[in-house]
Amino acid sequence: MNHLKPLGNFRPSKSVIVMFVILFIIGIMAFAMNKTTPENIGTSVPVVIKKDSVASVKAFTAVYKVLMSPRCMNCHPSGDIPLQGDDSHLHTMFPKRGIEGKGVLAMKCANCHQTENTPGLHTPPGNPNWHLPPANMKMVFEGKTPRQLAKQLMNPKQNGHKDLKKLIEHADDGLVLAGWNMGEGRTLPPMSHAAFKKAWITWLTTGAYAPKK
Amino acid sequence: MINLNVNQKVYQVDADPNMPLLWVIRDLIGLTGTKYGCGVAQCGACVVHLNGEAIRSCVTKVSRAAGQQITTIEGLSAQNDHPLQLAWNEENVPQCGYCHSGQIMSAAVLLREKANPTDQDIDDAMSGNICRCGTYLRIRKAIHLAADLQKKEGGAI
Repeated sequence: MNHLKPLGNFRPSKSVIVMFVILFIIGIMAFAMNKTTPENIGTSVPVVIKKDSVASVKAFTAVYKVLMSPRCMNCHPSGDIPLQGDDSHLHTMFPKRGIEGKGVLAMKCANCHQTENTPGLHTPPGNPNWHLPPANMKMVFEGKTPRQLAKQLMNPKQNGHKDLKKLIEHADDGLVLAGWNMGEGRTLPPMSHAAFKKAWITWLTTGAYAPKK
Repeated sequence: MINLNVNQKVYQVDADPNMPLLWVIRDLIGLTGTKYGCGVAQCGACVVHLNGEAIRSCVTKVSRAAGQQITTIEGLSAQNDHPLQLAWNEENVPQCGYCHSGQIMSAAVLLREKANPTDQDIDDAMSGNICRCGTYLRIRKAIHLAADLQKKEGGAI
């Protein structure tokens, strides 16, 4: 096997070293210049990231109020049983999350939750994709401080593997929108969906800063 | 007209698409084994199978069931000899009996998905079926017995 040479014999040429140094400098410059970075989020107009910690934290204050409202938080519980009602009590009947977030055994979400709201006061709200976050990524809102929730939302390992583009798109997700159409007897989130979406995108595009607490 | 497949029999019903499936099953088709309890998916008395899932027929519009496979308590077995029905008899589970069609239909889904359920599995699967007579312990016992019967039969439910 004498055709194999030990690594110790490898000596990069001068041109390779120069190329490496140039690439390294370019990389450093890219990091330094990220104050205004165009991000193509798949829409017709690229989103510009303009870092502004004050505006970002202020926007998140509004976002937090919505996410912690019963219409959002009730399906992001700290346990494996969803919450219910304006007082966020444990869901009667105690349905469990299940692996996919769609219930277990004879207690699947869609057994009661139809593709649309059931008419009548306090009847089951509906959506074609009714579910909790899955068991392997519970995306808990309940009990989270603004700082904890902001950091969680920006962590792809905790937010459903969402990058900036997907986070922005998520404002118009069908189940998110359903929070503003939950049937009779349920208080709406504390602002309109349009106002929420504006705050959400503002928070994300100003650097997604987490509040101090 | 809406085409429904109930207990492997095709029915054509003249119903508003928004009519609850429970109404259609009971009042138009005449299968009254499935019961009306609360009307808002809270009690489980109206559970039937829609493509094998234990849905609440009181809040399910008949349009959702069109062309799908529906099974009611009357169609669970040919001779009322489903392991759950045998076990229910053996353990004298019902008191007033009103909720038990729904109880058995939910339990059938449980046993299909978990042939040898633990007490916790039973609680998880059956917590949406309310019994005003409080027969829960007998229900649990009967489900265990049905699981044993099913094993002896060597067949899935």
